[in-house]
Amino acid sequence: MTLELKGVSKVVEGQTHIHPTDLTLEKGTMNVLLGPTTAGKTSLMRLMAGLDVPNSGQILWQGEDVTGQRVQDRKVAMVYQQFINYPSMSVYDNIASPIKLMGVSAKEIDTRVRETAEMMKLTPMLDRKPLELSGGQQQRCALARALVKNAGLVLLDEPLANLDYKLREELRQEIPKIFEASGSIFVYATTEPEEALLLGGNVATLWEGRITQFGPTPRVYRQPVDATTARVFSDPPMNFLAVSKTGDRLMFGDGQSTPALGKLAELPDGRYTAGFRPNHLEIMSGGTQAMKFTAKLQVTELTGSETFVHLDHHGERWVGLIHGVHDLTLGADLDVWLDARHVYIFGEDGALVAPAAYALAA
Amino acid sequence: MNKTVNQKAWFLVLPVLILVAFSAVIPLMTVVNYSVQDTFGNNQFFWAGLEWFEEMLHDDRMWNALKRQLLFSGIILAIEIPLGIFVALNMPKSGFWSSFCLVLMSLPLLIPWNVVGTIWQIFGRVDIGLLGYVLDKLGIDYNYTQDTLDAWITIIVMDVWHWTSLVALLAFAGLKSIPDAYYQAAKIDQASRWKVFRYIELPKMMGVLMIAILLRFMDSFMIYTEPFVVTGGGPGNATTLLSIDLVKMALGQFDLGPAAAFSLMYFLVILLISWVFYTVMVNLDKKGM
Repeated sequence: MTLELKGVSKVVEGQTHIHPTDLTLEKGTMNVLLGPTTAGKTSLMRLMAGLDVPNSGQILWQGEDVTGQRVQDRKVAMVYQQFINYPSMSVYDNIASPIKLMGVSAKEIDTRVRETAEMMKLTPMLDRKPLELSGGQQQRCALARALVKNAGLVLLDEPLANLDYKLREELRQEIPKIFEASGSIFVYATTEPEEALLLGGNVATLWEGRITQFGPTPRVYRQPVDATTARVFSDPPMNFLAVSKTGDRLMFGDGQSTPALGKLAELPDGRYTAGFRPNHLEIMSGGTQAMKFTAKLQVTELTGSETFVHLDHHGERWVGLIHGVHDLTLGADLDVWLDARHVYIFGEDGALVAPAAYALAA
Repeated sequence: MNKTVNQKAWFLVLPVLILVAFSAVIPLMTVVNYSVQDTFGNNQFFWAGLEWFEEMLHDDRMWNALKRQLLFSGIILAIEIPLGIFVALNMPKSGFWSSFCLVLMSLPLLIPWNVVGTIWQIFGRVDIGLLGYVLDKLGIDYNYTQDTLDAWITIIVMDVWHWTSLVALLAFAGLKSIPDAYYQAAKIDQASRWKVFRYIELPKMMGVLMIAILLRFMDSFMIYTEPFVVTGGGPGNATTLLSIDLVKMALGQFDLGPAAAFSLMYFLVILLISWVFYTVMVNLDKKGM
């Protein structure tokens, strides 16, 4: 079972929602579409489902062209950010509704509904109406409706976004297990890099209607192909600073330099963009390879055990995530350290030139 | 737990109390006052007790008016609610034509009630009215001033014309609030058009429909102006609905006592039926019907 998109694009009222896209999803895989709002996650899913017809390109299901086929005739299930259940039906009837119309025997319907309900921990609520359930249970019910069909393709459009933190964590842990058992192709849209990392599988990063990279999640995280992917797959986004390489040294804008080691040494001289993740910025002096920068502290946000520091480094806006709660003066200059092993180097066109040393080692 | 008693709160409630007293309680009490007394003019009143109530309850006149009223309200609800839903379902959801339809449909609602009556009174006349004239030319014997059925059809069509758009507008508002994802989910489930209506649109519209039914029931049950202008309650008493009968009794015959007793019972009937409607519908709503 494979789903293949070949040069699929979507233009709505002159605006390109999806640029020509190629993507192949394999049976039994979890595929995360990661990107900010309006990146095209939902548009892409609607194309995959058959809710929209692409302006160009082909959609192949098990090698067969299904491009113009209506959603009714495909084996698709979808779960939305809103909790979509039939309000007047009981949870049991809700779960049964997708298979009732498929000509399955009454006995089998009953077995499948009860199995799915058990898996989604809904057995005690089968007789209730969706509105009598908590938000988490309502979404479990919607998930059960998607799973009961044994659809080859299950699309989940930010299914956990409307749940509170605790419930989100709980379902996030369960979802990969449930999906592993089913053998369908799963596509899961999210705006949160953290969610993509937790779910594992593959990730496709989306930016302005294009897939910037597709591959196993940890790989995409460690070795983003370009600056855009790195920005999308990092929350807060990756920080950037201009660098230039002359001889065996990397020069930073503020007159600092560091020896260009390893792969960096092989780079031709020229201008580059360096990028580093917020959690790699430190306010304590690091090891021998640490570079020191001085930046103006603009905002601090406390999140309990961690502190976000928003910095202005000669016009470049950085965000750092540092451990512990610190007493910092706003508006003052702050010394921060960055380990050279944590720096990615991108070319002027944004393509990755050299990944960070730590990412290669891992 | 100790509660602090703060009598100052009464001052805050006072304005509302005064307002309600003058707008509702005092007029209502005047009616109560009339209903238990008899008068022969000159501001002379005699205690009558519950006599008027008993008399009215045994009077065929009120029962007949009540029957006509229930029939009228029943018919217009049976037509306006489904028709309003049907119109709402077929309205364009967005864009210019959506706004156009909304404006077009609010027009009947903006016309004063006696004007609506006058429009239809003239519209239906055989000599100068477009409708009456055309029907007459088509060979259909139509005359609302003489034929009971024609009179009924006229006032019902008039009410449907006047008020269906209210139901349609409310139903449309209900429909608009349904997220698109519901329709997508139904499509994916291969649900038929009827099932989409029965399991998504109807349950989601229930809240506003409840309001529509209540409003249309209460308004139609109190209707006076329009049928009065068109038929004056005739032919005979055929379209004498409750309020027309009440006005005849109170102002035409100056039977203040019976009329007061009549209005109080009228009021209680409306209250009772509205309460029943409301309770039934709130229960349906709770079940997510």
